[in-house]
Amino acid sequence: MKAAESWSVAPAEEPRFAAGDRVAVRRFDVPGHLRAPWYIRGHAGIVERFCGSFRNPEELAYNRSGLPAQPLYRVRFRQREVWPDYAGPEADTVDIEIYQHWLDPA
Amino acid sequence: MATHEHDHGHDHGHDHAHPTLPDEAGSRGYYQRMEIAVRELLLAQGVFTADDVRRTVEDMDARSPAGGARVVARAWSDPAFKARLLENGTTACEELGVGMGPTKLVVVENTPEVHNLVVCTLCSCYPRMLLGLPPDWYKSRDYRSRAVREPRAVLAEFGTAVPDDVTVRVHDSTADMRYLVLPERPAGSEGLSELQLADLITRDSMIGVAKARQPG
Repeated sequence: MKAAESWSVAPAEEPRFAAGDRVAVRRFDVPGHLRAPWYIRGHAGIVERFCGSFRNPEELAYNRSGLPAQPLYRVRFRQREVWPDYAGPEADTVDIEIYQHWLDPA
Repeated sequence: MATHEHDHGHDHGHDHAHPTLPDEAGSRGYYQRMEIAVRELLLAQGVFTADDVRRTVEDMDARSPAGGARVVARAWSDPAFKARLLENGTTACEELGVGMGPTKLVVVENTPEVHNLVVCTLCSCYPRMLLGLPPDWYKSRDYRSRAVREPRAVLAEFGTAVPDDVTVRVHDSTADMRYLVLPERPAGSEGLSELQLADLITRDSMIGVAKARQPG
C-alpha cells in the first residue's frame, strides 16, 4: 500500500497539491506552537511527495483534536534560494515537511 | 528519589550527583520540575504505574542502531525489499519484526549522485525505533542550525568529503515523518552475508554524516 494512504488520519482536508507543484511557504508570524521553521517562511519550492494527512500539531499542542487532519507534504527547496550566500553547488537541496495550511501555490 | 545511598569510594570519576550531598542549586530546571509534577499526578490518578514508566524507559534504552543496520543490510541484499522500504519504510520494517509504533518512516537512498543528511531543526526528531537514542550532537543547537545552513562544512567536520558533482540533500524532520539514510553499499562487500554487512552499517551512516564502513 502506498505510504501516504496507509498513514493518513481521517477526516482530513482535501489535498490541494501534488508532487511537482510549485508552492510558497506563508510568512505567518503569530504566537503559538508552529511547525514551519522560520528560515523557510516566504520561500518557494517543489512538492516532492504527499506524505498523508495528520492531526494538526499546532492544534494538538493545545489539547485540541487537530481535526480535520492537515495534508502534509515534503517540499524541496534549492539551498541557493534559501541562503543567498550558500557556498555549495546549485543542485543542493533541503527537503522540509510542511502542512498544507502553510502553503500557497507559487 | 530524595535519599538513596550506596557505598562507593571517592575519586570514582563518574558524573552523577553525589548522593550524600544536596543537588546543586537550580539543577532542576522548569521543564524537569514540570515533568516530575505531571508524572506524579498521572501516577496518583492511576493513568499508568511506576512500573509502566520504568518499562518504557527500559524499552527506549534497549533500542540501538543494530535495528537500523539489520534493515539496511536486508535492503542491500534483497532488491525487492529495498523497493518496498523506499516505498513505505514503516511496513517494510515491520516485515523484519521491527515495530515502528506510530512512526512514519521515510528511507532516503544514497547513490553515486546524491548524499542525504538528516536533521531536525525544530527539536530532535530521530528514528529512535531503529537507531535508539540520538547522540548529544544531533540535539545540539550547533548541528541543528548548521546542518541546513552549511551541510558540506558539517559533513567535512565529520570526515565526510562530498565532491561538488554529488548533490547534498538535507532532510529537515519537522513533522510526522522520521528519516533513515540508506547508505551506499561499499565496494568489496559483494560476498558478505547480511550479518557481516550489518557490521559495516553505523549509526552515523544512517543519519548521513558518514559513509558505511569499508569491509576488512
